[in-house]
Amino acid sequence: MLQYIIKRLLLLPFLLFIFSIIAFILIQAPPGDFVTSYIAELASSGSAVDQAQIDALRAQYGLDQPMYIQYFKWMGRILTGDLGMSLDWKKPIRELISERLLLTVMLGLFTFIFTWIVAIPIGILSATRQYSFFDYFFTVFNYVGVATPTFMTALVLMWLAFKYFGVSVTGLFSPEYVDAPWSWGRVVDLLKHIWLPAVILGMDGTARLARVMRANLLDELKKPYMEMARAKGMSEWRLVLKYPVRLAINPLVSTIGWYLPMIFSGSVIVATVMNLPTIGPMLLRSLITQDMFLAGSIILIYMALAVIGTLISDILLAWLDPRIRMEES
Amino acid sequence: MNQLPLLSVKNLKTYFDLDEGTVKAVDGVSFDVLPGQVVGIVGESGCGKSVTIKSVLRIVEKPGRIVEGEILFRHQPDDASEEQLIDLAKLKANGKTMRSIRGGEIALIPQEPMAAFSPVYTVGNQIMEAIMLHLPVSKQEARQRTIELLREVGVPMPERRVDAYSWELSGGLRQRAMIAMAISCNPRLLIADEPTTAIDVTTQAQILNLLRDLQQQHNTSIIFITHDLGVIAQIADYVVVMYLGRVMETGPVDDIFHNPQHPYTRALLKSIPSIRSQSRTLLPTIEGSIPHPFNRPPGCPFHPRCVDFMPGVCNVQTPVLQPVNERQAASCFLHHSIAEETLTAV
Amino acid sequence: MSAGQDTHPLPPAPGEEQAEVAGALARLAKDAEAVYVAPNWKLVWWRFKRHRLALVSGVVLIFIAIIALFPEFFSTQDPNQSSTTGSFIPVQRLHLFDNGRFSPFVYGVEGGRNPKTLRMEWTIDETKKIPVRFFAEGYEYKLLGLIPANRHLIGLADPQFGGRIHLLGTDRLGRDQWSRLMYGTRVSLSIGLVAVFLSIFLGILLGGISGYFGGMVDLVIQRLIEILQSLPPIPIWMALTAALPRDWSVERVYFAITIILSLIGWTTLGREVRGRFLALREEDFVVAANLIGCSQARVIFRHMVPTFTSHIIAASTLAIPVMIINETFLSFLGLGLRPPAISWGVLLQEAQNLQSIVLAPWLLLPGLAVIITVLALNILGDGLRDAADPYS
Ligand SMILES: Nc1ncnc2c1ncn2[C@@H]1O[C@H](COP(=O)(O)OP(=O)(O)OP(=O)(O)O)[C@@H](O)[C@H]1O
Ligand code: SF4
Ligand SMILES: [Mg+2]
Repeated sequence: MLQYIIKRLLLLPFLLFIFSIIAFILIQAPPGDFVTSYIAELASSGSAVDQAQIDALRAQYGLDQPMYIQYFKWMGRILTGDLGMSLDWKKPIRELISERLLLTVMLGLFTFIFTWIVAIPIGILSATRQYSFFDYFFTVFNYVGVATPTFMTALVLMWLAFKYFGVSVTGLFSPEYVDAPWSWGRVVDLLKHIWLPAVILGMDGTARLARVMRANLLDELKKPYMEMARAKGMSEWRLVLKYPVRLAINPLVSTIGWYLPMIFSGSVIVATVMNLPTIGPMLLRSLITQDMFLAGSIILIYMALAVIGTLISDILLAWLDPRIRMEES
Repeated sequence: MNQLPLLSVKNLKTYFDLDEGTVKAVDGVSFDVLPGQVVGIVGESGCGKSVTIKSVLRIVEKPGRIVEGEILFRHQPDDASEEQLIDLAKLKANGKTMRSIRGGEIALIPQEPMAAFSPVYTVGNQIMEAIMLHLPVSKQEARQRTIELLREVGVPMPERRVDAYSWELSGGLRQRAMIAMAISCNPRLLIADEPTTAIDVTTQAQILNLLRDLQQQHNTSIIFITHDLGVIAQIADYVVVMYLGRVMETGPVDDIFHNPQHPYTRALLKSIPSIRSQSRTLLPTIEGSIPHPFNRPPGCPFHPRCVDFMPGVCNVQTPVLQPVNERQAASCFLHHSIAEETLTAV
Repeated sequence: MSAGQDTHPLPPAPGEEQAEVAGALARLAKDAEAVYVAPNWKLVWWRFKRHRLALVSGVVLIFIAIIALFPEFFSTQDPNQSSTTGSFIPVQRLHLFDNGRFSPFVYGVEGGRNPKTLRMEWTIDETKKIPVRFFAEGYEYKLLGLIPANRHLIGLADPQFGGRIHLLGTDRLGRDQWSRLMYGTRVSLSIGLVAVFLSIFLGILLGGISGYFGGMVDLVIQRLIEILQSLPPIPIWMALTAALPRDWSVERVYFAITIILSLIGWTTLGREVRGRFLALREEDFVVAANLIGCSQARVIFRHMVPTFTSHIIAASTLAIPVMIINETFLSFLGLGLRPPAISWGVLLQEAQNLQSIVLAPWLLLPGLAVIITVLALNILGDGLRDAADPYS
């Protein structure tokens, strides 16, 4: 078990190294660079820029050097914890995104918890009452949940909330708390706001997870040990909760591997629509303004979140399954 | 032996309603089990042996249901009051009484011991669970009892094995652990569904001896299911021969082997390998194949394969189980006159 | 490798026994082929027919496909024709019967710019009926880009009579949303299809190579798939599409987006293909075919490919809706297709903020098209998958 985790952990830096290269290529991919778009902006506002000035700007940001040198410089700074400056916001990136990152992670975790709390009971009930009204209802719900793009759910709910309650459910804080320092009141205010985006973001995942749970449970319910447990005289509920649910949880845990990354990745859209102060909308803006170091940092953060999600799922899975847990221990 | 039967199955019918039609897996089965008796149920694969005993235990899976018949069992209530004769077929399948009987008074040794233990809990955990469901013991006592049971069924180092997972045990050990679980609550009736098919011959013999010993020590009744007549000869007192969901012949083991009355029993006996026969000679197998459950033949279910088939009789009317002599009963028109049962025109 | 007989692995007829073995094996391979290949399609179709909902979805999808093929016919006006005086006109519902008589019409709209708020404000005028007819004459177009035509499914009964018809209202620029939705169907659906075709191509190529050859090749391709699958797709797509030059033509952007989508999309299909290959490699008839000396190419195309096409078709059907949704949100964010291109995502861009939705809720309607299409494709795909493999 320990060995297994260490093996996984050793793989981590390697993966992140590859990812950082990919991230770097991605932010280098657009034709031109920040300076080009900066100049275009200046030009459109009427002020002329001469070549010397351009070169100076390029040199200042290290844009005149070969790619691989730029990459290693970037990486070197990141490893020392310096994410660099945002060219667009003219501020250190760390300062810009630290709170947003915290909120992103919180939103992700809330969504995740919501999904599990809702999806597991739905899956269990659907499987144990296969072909009942309940089962059909949730089968339909699951299909619709998967088919509805999250931003549609967000837009429709925002519209309904405005139309019927006259409230605009955007952001994660009430106006008085937006720029306030952290306090108990701010946390409470956050909790009051975060549930709606979490539910919207979790809709798709809830549907998928409930389906996974149902399918696995149906498989397990057919296993001979279920019959044996019944023959022992266990009541149906205890039986379902002790045996198949315990086993069906394993494949469910393995879904964390794709589900956590999916939440983080998908939150970009909901956050943009609902104007949430997370890193998602900032990524969109930085991509459009070619604020490359900011974009690169955010992409790298998303990659790290994805890898961590997979890692958590692998470790949990190993811990849950005695066959892996006992191995080489 | 003029004892009252412990279990008496009467005209049991269990059907599965599928989209394609109804599978009559068990179609009018009757037999008795006396206290302390080992009843062997024998028949080819798919003849409804497992469904019969699942019906007795009331664990037939959907869409199967008992459509007719009685399963009379001498139930001993927990409060040690007098025995009651109750019809298991009328009980709620997951009701309290049925659950106390299942595992408590009637225990099962399943067909697939490999898969009958869940892989995520230890063997001990699952045996203790069975004990605690039926006996008023603490967790500590249940564990102690589990270790003793494992020792009794011949599992070496039971103190260690109690914490093993089923996939860490060999086939033979797993089967022994299964037996330990089955006898853990001192059942009065033990149902063993082909407990030895998946293990090698030596282990098989050991398991059979073990069951025999346990049976004699505790005077448990056993229903032993197999398609192997050789095994029946070793363990059973009384034999029920089944074919396509119906009972063909019943009788004490010696009579069945030495004086079979039903053509199907005779055919089965011919197909047993004998130690004396040359190993290379082909075994005579029963001609023809088992019909598909959806189109079971009209009349006597065995008639398409029967050497004594009487056209116009056997394929028109269905014979019923009737005494042939003092000890045996058979359902065949060779032994009783026609027209006992109504015509089964198709 | 040539599919020739000269690559026979057995020594040429050294004895009768060998010939017999080869003959038996050939027969085995033939039988196996008969069992595994031929009735497979029938079995699949048989099982599929039992899945009612999937059949219904299939019919719905046929309708959607017809719209995608002939959007000009289904639209009521040129989708890019804007009108400064006609923005945010609400939905004019189509009424088929007038006083119990079949006589289709829509109610007229009344309104214009409110001088105080400067907003366009409209009311449905129930006193004014605008008669419409089916197969009406309208603007000129070329069917499938070839055949000149001017008939439309719905149009004004009498163009001289005047009046507007906007079945799904108009947008900010006064463009007819119904017609735009029809055109968007073509783009959104085809982007899904093209992206999936690219994915299938990559998936079969790399997954097949991986599964068939195994060993080092397999290892490398598997690691590649793992790395691609552990990337967060949405940020990556956003970065890639944001990198597309602004001055590219609509067509170039279209193809670039299909490529970007399939760049990560192929991995799922690749895994599927590889798994099937690995399973098939062990199957008796492939072993037999190898023994009697069918060339490798022949083994692959004659024996292996047909047996898993049904699985691939099912998996691809399930991949299309994913692509459609992805294109929709990329365009919605303004990173995908750009106007003047029309796709469902581009249409939904008009509904991007609360103000526009409150002003014109009908701008959300294209989302319904997305939901229905994705729903139908998912149900169909599930039906196909169950039919192809009832045990998974
Ligand atoms: N869940 C089920 N659904 C439909 N038919 C079933 C089901 N279970 C059993 N049957 C049918 O009932 C018949 C009897 O099955 P059963 O399992 O009792 O046979 P068996 O005598 O125990 O055979 P074996 O020696 O192979 O265990 C078979 O024809 C089988 O097809
Ligand atoms: S009833 Fe007829 S067919 Fe059936 S076993 Fe007897 S002789 Fe054979
Ligand atoms: Mg059986």
